[in-house]
Amino acid sequence: MFAYILRRLAATIPVMLVVAVLVFLMLRLTPADPAAIIAGDNANAEQVAEIRKRLGLDQPIMTQFAIWVTKLAQGDLGESFFFKKQVVELIADRLEPTVSLAVLTIIIAAMIAIPLGVIAAYKQGSWLDRIVMGFSVLGFSVPVFVIGYLLIYVFAIQLNWFPVQGYQRLSQGFGGWLQRLILPAFTLSVIYVALIARMTRTSVLEVMNEDYIRTARAKGQTEMKVLVRHALANAAVPIVTVVGLGIALLIGGVVVTESVYTIPGLGRLTVDAVLARDYPTIQAVILLFSLVYVVINLAVDLTYTIFDPRIRY
Amino acid sequence: MLSPASRTVLDVRNMTVKLPPGADRPHAVEDINITVKAGEIVCVVGESGSGKSVTSFNVMGLLPRGLKTTQGEILLEGEDILKASKERLRDLRGTRMAMIFQEPMTALNPVMRVGEQIAEVLQIHTDMSRADRRKRVLEMLNLVHLPDPERLIDAYPHQVSGGQRQRIMIAAALSLDPALLIADEPTTALDVTTQARILKLVREMQERRGTGVLFITHDFGVVAEIADRVVVMQKGRVVEQGTRDEILRRPREPYTKMLIAAVPSLKPPPATKATGAVMLSAHDLSKTYGKKTFLFGRGRVVHAVKSVNIEVRRGETLGIVGESGSGKSTVARCISRLIEPTGGKIEIAGQDMSKLTASGLRDLRRSVQVVFQDPYRSLNPRRPIGASIIEGPVNFGLSKAEAVKRARKLMVDVGLSADALDRYPHQFSGGQRQRICIARALAMEPVLLIGDEPVSALDVSVQAQVLELLAEVKKKFDLALLFITHDLRVAAQICDRVAVMKQGEIVEQGPTEALFANPQHPYTRELFEAAPGRSYMETVDAA
Repeated sequence: MFAYILRRLAATIPVMLVVAVLVFLMLRLTPADPAAIIAGDNANAEQVAEIRKRLGLDQPIMTQFAIWVTKLAQGDLGESFFFKKQVVELIADRLEPTVSLAVLTIIIAAMIAIPLGVIAAYKQGSWLDRIVMGFSVLGFSVPVFVIGYLLIYVFAIQLNWFPVQGYQRLSQGFGGWLQRLILPAFTLSVIYVALIARMTRTSVLEVMNEDYIRTARAKGQTEMKVLVRHALANAAVPIVTVVGLGIALLIGGVVVTESVYTIPGLGRLTVDAVLARDYPTIQAVILLFSLVYVVINLAVDLTYTIFDPRIRY
Repeated sequence: MLSPASRTVLDVRNMTVKLPPGADRPHAVEDINITVKAGEIVCVVGESGSGKSVTSFNVMGLLPRGLKTTQGEILLEGEDILKASKERLRDLRGTRMAMIFQEPMTALNPVMRVGEQIAEVLQIHTDMSRADRRKRVLEMLNLVHLPDPERLIDAYPHQVSGGQRQRIMIAAALSLDPALLIADEPTTALDVTTQARILKLVREMQERRGTGVLFITHDFGVVAEIADRVVVMQKGRVVEQGTRDEILRRPREPYTKMLIAAVPSLKPPPATKATGAVMLSAHDLSKTYGKKTFLFGRGRVVHAVKSVNIEVRRGETLGIVGESGSGKSTVARCISRLIEPTGGKIEIAGQDMSKLTASGLRDLRRSVQVVFQDPYRSLNPRRPIGASIIEGPVNFGLSKAEAVKRARKLMVDVGLSADALDRYPHQFSGGQRQRICIARALAMEPVLLIGDEPVSALDVSVQAQVLELLAEVKKKFDLALLFITHDLRVAAQICDRVAVMKQGEIVEQGPTEALFANPQHPYTRELFEAAPGRSYMETVDAA
């Protein structure tokens, strides 16, 4: 198992290298000049050239890449062009809101979706099943921002239960943190509820036809325990896969939600950095996202061994 | 062992179960009467579709959705379980009646420790403490003669063998001492030697505890081995019932007589020596799985096949007999090049396979054709059977019109109608499907035909017909036939020579008649010993 983890981690190095090259090239091969943006509308050509030189953008691309990778290897992500801060600090600052949002979202989604999926499977073909699956289609199709504004309108403006937007750090109190996060997390979770519920239903349905379900019933087990102890436990692997995939996709999803609810997280940082052509920040954020993706995939593969003793690495 | 005063444990009276509309007959079972007394083993025999499983499931209250009992009663120790509430039924399951199933691999929950699965019964029905439950489970594991219970109790199902799994199922079923045990083909998926041990265990448990056993089987060998009384079922009705001797020695109904006659004898018919050219020869054929993996990895090496030497001539049938895991199917797959052997030499019609180029190998594929075990799964369900039959020849350049012409002719050769080519697999019975698979193989005009357990999934009466057909096409098309089977009776009927495999090696090889009359290797002898109902059936054969 330990050897397997080492091998998997070693395999991420080439992946990260490819990502690094692609990000770097994409940014430099698309037209737009960060120096011009920083200099502003009234700057003349000398001022822009001056800034470009200061940022090191006058060097050949190969040299720029070599400098960046060397620094990267030393753990130095560089300084942001736009925010005038170390990128590391910038990210550290924005990490908490994004992670909070992602984790809360996936917890809400799993808590709603798994019971729904199990019930839908158990009552296959009934009106209950159809309602759950209907909502699941709806959840897939409605865009995140529509759900976001709808929830804001109902729960923040009409009912006044939650604030319209903003974020409060966990260190300033759990209650406030949760109150401000709940609407955005719900918004984001809709699509994952749909996804996970569907997957749960399918894999539970598949398992319900297995012989050991019949065995459990022949022992006199109650339907509830047949569902949870025997069916769900065996349906866990595909569900965990979808949840893991969900976490990884969430990182992308937060860009919109954070904008709707003005949460100062990584999503917002990405949008701001892209608009400002802030190369070091964009590069760092994308590298981080890729790393998270790889690590989550590894974590998912490792959790398989918890749910299915037949899987060993 | 059977006192007339034994109380009745199970009494099924005039039971009728309705099939959903659109099925091939209105009732799954009709007007069934079966009784099981304490300390008695009642075998229900029948071919697939006879309703024997429906009967057993209905007793447990586990009828699949869509089936409904419309008439009769099922009295378990006098209580009509058809009238019992869901809660009452749950209480009875595991305590007064219990069931073991055909496939011990899938009947156990793969993600739950076996000890917990036995303890589950105690947890549901008693208020024993966790420690007491564990103690009881260990006792049960001991009782069913499982080795090293302390270790086994925490194992997962995939870590124990098939026979051990069935023992675990039996331990779970008997842990609360039920009055009735229903066994639904509990040894069908097991090897003969394992089967013999499980049958012995069922007998022992039942005698020791006075349990009534309702034993569902399709195998008359098993019936001869274990039954006190026998119920013969056909198409949802009880054809005949009586004691073992009455049914096996003096059957009255033609259907029962036909079933008993269809059981292949262990005595091979006299064979003629084949003198045709050698079509297949394998020298030192080996297949090894697993090797060192990249970085840190530690591979486990499995020798699936170890230097196997065989030869099959035109017009000859060589049987490879062995239990699961013996490597017999791996040999077949190496020869048909479905997998790559790791060592040795294979010659087909004198051509060395290892020296062939990719395109040469492709041509050779035509010469070697396989008929697989499960005709339900080896035909593409979404294509008419004609399309499946002509696919190969068309791939090898025959025009479609020519291929269809050949297919029509072959359909007649295998005993089907030439006009059935545009029907789909589900419109045929199991035996018919296997005929189609044979036609498909013959369409390629092979020199070597491999049957990989081709009759194992079929009912005995159908089995006999398919075996006959295989012998017939072998003669007609002058084929070399390699026949893989686990069933000694089948091997006796069709093979000219037999090779016995164990753990990847051939332990004994020779003409069928000589080998069956005088097996040399201890393992071969063990196989013969284990054949169910051997001594009993021999006396029946003689009668």
